[in-house]
Amino acid sequence: MKKQIRHLLAALVLVLPLAAAAEEGPVLPKAPIDIQDTESLQRGAQIFVNYCLSCHSATAMRYNRLTDIGLSEDQIKKNLMFASDKIGDTMHVAMTSQDAKTWLGNNPPDLSVEARARGADWLYAYLRGFYRDDTRPTGWNNQVFDKVAMPHVLWQWQGEQQLQSVKNSEGVVEQKLVLVKPGTMTKLDNGRANTVEFDQRMADLTNYLVYMSEPAQVKRLQIGYGVLMFLALLLLPLAYFLKKEFWRDVH
Amino acid sequence: MSKGQKLLDWVDARFPLTSMLKEHVTEYYAPKNFNFWYFFGSLALLVLVMQLLTGIFLTMNYMPDASLVPGTKMSVAFSSVEYIMRDVSGGWIIRYMHSTGASMFFIVVYLHMFRGLIYGSYKQPRELVWIFGMLIFLCLMAEAFLGYLLPWGQMSFWGAQVIVNLFSSIPVIGPDLSVFIRGDFVVSGATLNRFFALHVIAVPLVLLALVVAHLMALHEVGSNNPDGVEIKALKDPETHLPLDGIPFHPYYTVKDVLGVAVFLIVFSAIVFFMPDMGGYFLEANNFFPADPLKTPPHIAPVWYFTPFYAILRAVPSFLGTQVWGVLAMGAAVVLIAFLPWLDRSPIKSVRYRGPKFKIMLTLFVIAFVGLGILGALPPTDLRTFVARTLSVIYFVFFLGMPFYTKNDVGRTPVPSRVTESTTRGKVLFFVLWAVLIVAAAVFAKHI
Repeated sequence: MKKQIRHLLAALVLVLPLAAAAEEGPVLPKAPIDIQDTESLQRGAQIFVNYCLSCHSATAMRYNRLTDIGLSEDQIKKNLMFASDKIGDTMHVAMTSQDAKTWLGNNPPDLSVEARARGADWLYAYLRGFYRDDTRPTGWNNQVFDKVAMPHVLWQWQGEQQLQSVKNSEGVVEQKLVLVKPGTMTKLDNGRANTVEFDQRMADLTNYLVYMSEPAQVKRLQIGYGVLMFLALLLLPLAYFLKKEFWRDVH
Repeated sequence: MSKGQKLLDWVDARFPLTSMLKEHVTEYYAPKNFNFWYFFGSLALLVLVMQLLTGIFLTMNYMPDASLVPGTKMSVAFSSVEYIMRDVSGGWIIRYMHSTGASMFFIVVYLHMFRGLIYGSYKQPRELVWIFGMLIFLCLMAEAFLGYLLPWGQMSFWGAQVIVNLFSSIPVIGPDLSVFIRGDFVVSGATLNRFFALHVIAVPLVLLALVVAHLMALHEVGSNNPDGVEIKALKDPETHLPLDGIPFHPYYTVKDVLGVAVFLIVFSAIVFFMPDMGGYFLEANNFFPADPLKTPPHIAPVWYFTPFYAILRAVPSFLGTQVWGVLAMGAAVVLIAFLPWLDRSPIKSVRYRGPKFKIMLTLFVIAFVGLGILGALPPTDLRTFVARTLSVIYFVFFLGMPFYTKNDVGRTPVPSRVTESTTRGKVLFFVLWAVLIVAAAVFAKHI
């Protein structure tokens, strides 16, 4: 058995380097999200249906699925359903795709699985990454999505940021977002930006988007522990001793 | 006589049930010294069955339809996958088992093939076992490629576009051939429908038939073993059974159950805790719905194709055509089938071979893993250079084989009986490999 474990480890070493060949691109700060935190998910859902769902659909997501995150159907109907009236409906937008093209120049993407395509860290950086750019038709640009078509929907919350060249501690010039005009959820105290409240909201929204991209994920983890316990504590020892018993007479 | 025995006799008079069971299971004598590497054959069979079963349930809800859901930019096919992930009870488990199963199939099969390589299982009289195995591998690659189109995400679409376009680089017939494969001038709904048909019925049928042929050929000649000793050569004079053989059932059935238990732990850990496997089993970009107007900046195949993809990219185009890369990639796969005739050593197992083969084998593993890593990364000048070097090593391993295996004998002669397997040398061998391969990975990552 010891020998086999050793061989298994050796085989794993053969496979692991593939996983180590990481993806390219700038390193984004980690999004402070917790998929088990239902309160954060509920706050995120509220922001999503109020601000995102006007333009972005989530056609794979049904309203009644929100019972996953600790809401009752009544609560969902009363507080979160503006675009449709059947609890089993998926999250559609009222805007037609023709109108979207005329008004925004582009069809806003469906956000059902956006978090799986972009990753939580990217979303978190994107939501906080808007800055003033007068060369853009909307007046806004984004640090992680250059020339983005979407305007800064939450500018009243965040206020206005500018992209400035700042020298960092090592003397290297880098592009940095600087808050120049505070919004309702940010503060400027003697030139020092306090964005805790806004960041928290964006973390909630990111958390919700991650949840929505795979609503079964919390359940998946729960079932996973059970399955692994069964396999490791029951099937594996059983198979091991069965093999040992049968092989006793092989020399 | 019991009722069960009566029924069995009735069947046996009409169908060779008992004799078949005896021939292939209870009285199939396998060498008693199978080691770690011998788990992967039965595991491949397990994954095959798992893929077939989960596949059947997926087809019940998956819709091979590239038309858009009204009012969105998502296709019916893409949405139907999300429908399985959300609205079908247990759908997400089935889907993740299938997507994880695809990658695990390749892991298991690559290790299974590697076993054949190190212990000379392809050598006389097992050439046909090897050939059938190679055909299975080809089917598996076709199956993986066809199936990858079905979710109709960006990587599905553009991956298929790239691969089908390879065929159009073949002189004269190329352009017509690629149109014939796609059923259209670009990858489209017609392509999706035919890939679906091929993925769910045509290739699996061939695959199953080949698996039967693979096993029948194996049971005809008997299994090889880590010592490369023919156990049929030494039989008990009274019972006429191989001295070093034990019946497959119950000995190897219970041993394989142990392998299955360990495998299922690894498999479940992936399915339940990291089904994306960090973007290697399910690529993040494939969660963008297919958009024929938006080419992604970096089109990477799934990890199991990356060694061959790296060879494709490594070959420069000359004489105004890129067909050479395609030919090299094809040759990289096909050459493996010729191992029985490329290898001229009378010794089967690496244990008793000389240093030349051991060195070449080590280089080959480095080349294969290195190409796999490079194929997943966007090319740079240095990476292309390394990929070219590794490609050369890859081909030298096969094409040089008739020369370096000719007079290459190890210090220990091949024994007449199988041996107990545990030596310090082997551990050192593993450690050396592990260090070399990790070094290769770190190197590739930083260039």
